[in-house]
Amino acid sequence: MKLSIERASLLKAVSQAQSVVERRNTIPILANVLIEAEGNTVNFRATDLDIEVVDKADAMVERAGATTVSAVMLHEIVRKLPDGSMVTLTDDAAAGRLTVEAGRSNFNLATLPKEDFPVMASSEYSSNFSCNAAVLRRLFDKSKFAISTEETRYYLNGVYMHVSDADGGKVLRCVATDGHRLARIDADLPEGAADMPGVIVPRKTVGELRKLLDDDEMKIAVSVSETKVRFATPDITLTSKVIDGTFPDYTRVIPQGNTRKLEVDAKDFANAVDRVATVSSERSRAVKLSLDEDRLVLSVNAPDSGAAEEELAVAYGDERLEIGFNAKYLLEIASQVDRENAVFLFNSAGDPTLMREGNDTSAVYVVMPMRV
Amino acid sequence: MTPKTAPLPALCRDCMTCFEGAARCPSCGSPRIVAHAELFELGIAHMDCDAFFASVEKRDNPALAGKPVIIGGGRRGVVSTACYVARIRGVRSAMPMFQALKLCPDAVVIAPRMQAYAEASRAIRQMMEDMTPAIEPLSLDEAFLDLRGTQRLHGAPPAVMLARLVRRMKVELGLTGSIGLSHNKFLAKIASDLDKPHGYSVIGKAETATFLHDKPVRMIWGVGAAGQASLEAAGIRSFADLLRWDRRELHARFGTMGERLWHLARGQDTRGVSAHAPMKSISNETTFSEDTGDAALLDGHLWRLSEKVSARAKAKALAGRVVTVKLKRSDHSALSRRLSLRDATQLADVIYRTAKGLFDQVGPNEGPYRLIGVGLSDLIDESGADLSADLLDPDAERRAKTERATDAIRKKFGPEAIVKGRGLRGASGHGPKDGS
Repeated sequence: MKLSIERASLLKAVSQAQSVVERRNTIPILANVLIEAEGNTVNFRATDLDIEVVDKADAMVERAGATTVSAVMLHEIVRKLPDGSMVTLTDDAAAGRLTVEAGRSNFNLATLPKEDFPVMASSEYSSNFSCNAAVLRRLFDKSKFAISTEETRYYLNGVYMHVSDADGGKVLRCVATDGHRLARIDADLPEGAADMPGVIVPRKTVGELRKLLDDDEMKIAVSVSETKVRFATPDITLTSKVIDGTFPDYTRVIPQGNTRKLEVDAKDFANAVDRVATVSSERSRAVKLSLDEDRLVLSVNAPDSGAAEEELAVAYGDERLEIGFNAKYLLEIASQVDRENAVFLFNSAGDPTLMREGNDTSAVYVVMPMRV
Repeated sequence: MTPKTAPLPALCRDCMTCFEGAARCPSCGSPRIVAHAELFELGIAHMDCDAFFASVEKRDNPALAGKPVIIGGGRRGVVSTACYVARIRGVRSAMPMFQALKLCPDAVVIAPRMQAYAEASRAIRQMMEDMTPAIEPLSLDEAFLDLRGTQRLHGAPPAVMLARLVRRMKVELGLTGSIGLSHNKFLAKIASDLDKPHGYSVIGKAETATFLHDKPVRMIWGVGAAGQASLEAAGIRSFADLLRWDRRELHARFGTMGERLWHLARGQDTRGVSAHAPMKSISNETTFSEDTGDAALLDGHLWRLSEKVSARAKAKALAGRVVTVKLKRSDHSALSRRLSLRDATQLADVIYRTAKGLFDQVGPNEGPYRLIGVGLSDLIDESGADLSADLLDPDAERRAKTERATDAIRKKFGPEAIVKGRGLRGASGHGPKDGS
């Protein structure tokens, strides 16, 4: 194999590949990226056995072929090469070496045979549809903060992407929860997605997917089966196993009968929470909300470190209410609000609270209170 | 060593007379004297009861006098305590029971009566409380005492007060103990072991260096088999070896332990004697009489252990954020899994569910096991516990209330008044060994 490629396209392709590669690895070949050159394109393929990413780039291929080389090392080299340089990759299969040349720099990297590289088995996807990057970005960005990291509840270690019924008909829905807070984000159902099986997209995949979604207008081809999900742009194909488990019935968690309504400017609210939480104890981070006629007092009382209080003018017309929350959770959900006021719907100090943006029910958040 | 010429301050352990340099007490003629140049200047002590559990049994059952007695549980259990008669035959604590019985087939094996030991321990504790508030119990049968600054209060130096303590223990409780007196905890603990049983040893400042010099580092409390092996790998067997090491090198190789070793090698130990050393973890474990991989049986154990851990946490008004499950396979290889909770807990229900989740990750496939344990650590005050409920488990609150109600009933009618069916699985038959 011998090919020449612009440093910029090489860097883009290799950086996506190396981020999939697990840093701590017991199987040597999994630290490598598979480079396949043919025609006038080169593919860079990396996998951690759960996720596979393939990056396609234009290149001048002098001699077709394939080899594998350390993804992290190749990435580091290309990153350090001067911008605008032309990089030549030459594989010497007999010597087990890949030469990387650019200007006066010359590197000789150890390779492993391409036959050893595990290529993810292709599977039949029962559902294929196309979706704007901006739509997917909203679905995942607004839900991923609630993904659980608790390994014993592995079925919560991802975002549950599925088709659901909402007021206006069927929607494409993403839900994530860790048992303390929950995010439920809806988008218009893309054409052809109606029969999509519900899948739990793992946390790492959500992170990798995000890199495909920066361009608003980009059309993402989504393919879903019971066991796998694939997101593809013309250049990048991200294939991932989905979490083999049942996502809990989240619908019964979302309170329906909460009537005590608080409306507040999300930014002011978040800033105030952040300020008073400064004195909260590291462990509990509890903030108390005291609600009275159009008045909200946020307070923290940490016996060991101090106390803080801040008052906000809000819209609230119900009975007095005192309720406590983890400051971090409040900040996280408040920061999801970007256009209108945050609307909180409470029931009692012990029941889950619902938050949404204005009257928009396409993004709702549930947070569990804590004793204060 | 102190020159032999100067008469040493001495104390009669039988009549408490203080005198200078004589082989026998000038007052009562007893040969049980302790003499040391710094005898009346030292104030940090370690008191260790002699074969405590066995001594309590022998005291309560005169028929056992002169017989080898072993305290321990079950066919598969280990020796918890062996009396001195059994020790002469080679029986040691922590020895597997079958091996102990091979060495000493005529031994009387008694299942531990923890309540009786705890009672005796409380009585001894009370005697120590009369001497100083600075007591640090290490277990039921041993404790550090800091008696510095109590001489005026008692009208007698610490050395005399300690001799009075062991005499009181003998007269009032029928139990004996050994005293180690020195200038820090590390040396006091070593000293109490030098002259057992019914001993009284003193390590003064002057001879600290010469005393330690050729002693093995395994003498250090807390250096176990693994610690010893890693020290040995570095060529360290004795304190003399340790002295050859640079402080920085020790730190680089052994971390904070290295730092501590550097000081200990010089006989330095600045840790205070504290009655209120915060508890770091609470754990209970069970060794089975036969290895088992039976999921239902193990589940029953997980529940009972979780309940025990929870009960101890509740009794101490503590809660913990980290739940640990420990398993030991047939070949003694150990396996442990831990999980940090978002919210500290003291509820048996939460501890059990977490432990069960951890067990399910490894448990069923890696067995059979000889031991299972549950632990709770990263402890905080109970006021910070169980602050928020789980969205996905709306039933948890009801279970928590049930547990609190159960606790109230047990408090009134005893621990057996109300028991979960889950806790009965595999509960009969063998006497589990609990340790903490």
